[in-house]
Amino acid sequence: MSQETGINIGSSIKDTIIAGLLALIVFGPVVGVLLDGYEFIARIDDVVWIVAIVMAGRFAISVFVQTESGKKFVYRQLTKEDGVSVTAPDYKSKMRYIIPIVIVIGLIAPFIASKYVLTVVILGLIYVLLGLGLNIVVGLAGLLDLGFVGFYAIGAYGLALGYEYLGLGFWSMLPLAAIMAGVAGAVLGFPVLRMHGDYLAIVTLGFGEIIRLVLTNWTEFTHGPNGVSAPLPTLFGLEFKRRSSDGTPFHEFFGLSYDSAFKYIFIYLVLFLVVLAVLYVKHRLTRMPIGRAWEALREDEIACRSLGLNHVLVKLSAFTLGASTGGIAGVFFATYQGFVNPSSFTFFESALILAIVVLGGMGSTLGVVIAAFVLTVAPEMLREFADYRVLMFGILMVVMMIWKPRGLVRVTRKGFATRKGVMK
Amino acid sequence: MSALLQFKDVDVHYGPIQALKKVCLEVNQGEIVTMIGSNGAGKSTLLMSIFGQPRISDGQIIYQGEDISQKSAHYVASNGLAQSPEGRRIFPGMSVEENLLMGTIPIGMEHCDEDMQRMFELFPRLKERRNQRASTMSGGEQQMLAIARALMSRPKLLLLDEPSLGLAPIIVKQIFQILADVASTGMTIFLVEQNANHALKLADRGYVLVNGEIRLTGSGDDLLVNPEVRDAYLGGH
Repeated sequence: MSQETGINIGSSIKDTIIAGLLALIVFGPVVGVLLDGYEFIARIDDVVWIVAIVMAGRFAISVFVQTESGKKFVYRQLTKEDGVSVTAPDYKSKMRYIIPIVIVIGLIAPFIASKYVLTVVILGLIYVLLGLGLNIVVGLAGLLDLGFVGFYAIGAYGLALGYEYLGLGFWSMLPLAAIMAGVAGAVLGFPVLRMHGDYLAIVTLGFGEIIRLVLTNWTEFTHGPNGVSAPLPTLFGLEFKRRSSDGTPFHEFFGLSYDSAFKYIFIYLVLFLVVLAVLYVKHRLTRMPIGRAWEALREDEIACRSLGLNHVLVKLSAFTLGASTGGIAGVFFATYQGFVNPSSFTFFESALILAIVVLGGMGSTLGVVIAAFVLTVAPEMLREFADYRVLMFGILMVVMMIWKPRGLVRVTRKGFATRKGVMK
Repeated sequence: MSALLQFKDVDVHYGPIQALKKVCLEVNQGEIVTMIGSNGAGKSTLLMSIFGQPRISDGQIIYQGEDISQKSAHYVASNGLAQSPEGRRIFPGMSVEENLLMGTIPIGMEHCDEDMQRMFELFPRLKERRNQRASTMSGGEQQMLAIARALMSRPKLLLLDEPSLGLAPIIVKQIFQILADVASTGMTIFLVEQNANHALKLADRGYVLVNGEIRLTGSGDDLLVNPEVRDAYLGGH
């Protein structure tokens, strides 16, 4: 068998023994000898366990990289060419099987999952939206934006303040917040049209801080650090509260007993559908001339202009669309928390969103989705290590940038099928 | 013959430094005109100033009877002036076909299929590599792509900035052969080059630019035998 598949067990065993010896040298003194007062206590079993785990792991890896799929995997990880490959014209992505499954699971999940899991996933989906929004600006158009949290805040405060002053509910603010954030994106876009790289990053960083400081200090309007409460979404006017101020609440209307999970299930379902819609739009955009124009602008602005591309429109459209996606995410965040205050919109949030885009692979939609979940769900799972979350986050970033500078998922460009009228 | 593009006493300054001094030239319909000069003579400045990068400080640039010196770059490019910029500037991460599609921006996708067919006939190498990333091609192929991309917008006037830059002599020869083919279709070409020998052989007329001033002008053949030209393009003056 080993002959047929080309697996060389001998060399694997050799690797395993070397790894075991190294583990013994490293962990032997560190773990195996405990200093107690003036005595050394030998803790042999711990060392044996660690060495055994290292050897087993090394053996498994060694065998895996010799299999066909392992070889492919290693090749993909090690080739450092700049990450873009063009697929064959008739290439059909495996995604067309995966996507329906994910959608079905996503729609069933809230009815099975516990309330806690649901809230974590909602947060993950909000970050998916944020990541997708910033992905247009940074990943596709190549404009480094460090103030993206500003648009997020505009969306969230739009819902809270719109409800307080104008009595607008979730459904009217959802499109309005997208428009408001989009306008803010365009307003930010104008002065920074001529800027690139570092300068752009600093201006956008300032923008994010301005929004936060205005929200903090304009106490008459925003209630400053005390925050504002935000309304819950309604289902055709049915509220998800225990007692409704006007009309019957949702659970009475359907004759169910009250459960606080109802509102999360509802927010989750709406959010899930919005994320799907945004994903679809983003996916189409990257295959349309405007998406190509964004990417061209990222690659070479001078060439773009020499080809007659109106760089003002292209940049502004990227800023506007990215910002409006951020605004939508903000609305969901506000309704999910039921309360907003400026401390949710610090620079750390911007950095986190940027990390999602960079870790996911610039411009890759799938990568952003995965990275958003990794960076929001992982901290929840690592609650015990709460103090070290930021440290682990930093280490993850460093490791990723060294070994996978192009992100988790590489961008593939779609190959063109031969068109009618163009020779083969 | 009417002048398609005309420079009238054009001055260009980079801060206190004057890069072009009272440059006058014209390109007529159907002509191949070349501008030769050494490094830093102002050749690329001259070509870029047509697109308003940099803006000229004095004079006029007349294109089809209209002064375009204060127009935006995309306005100029969408009115029949296409450029293959210095250093090729193709989009490295995009496939060859996508690069060509980028060239259709000024005129839309209407003639896209037909034009792409034409480009693949003119540059069979690009047809082989249509689904390849542009950055993985050789310098000569990238230059072909840059020219093809410029031609995709069906320009009235093709501007070329040093198509021979950084290419092996044999590839340079090929590129100029292709330019001759393009010219034979009636395309008006304004070529800026350091490779005076090839450029003047191809061109109907030529200008010699030295330190931002037009030093000499004449037919391509006349300039080829002019002893002063040798000095100018070798960098002496």
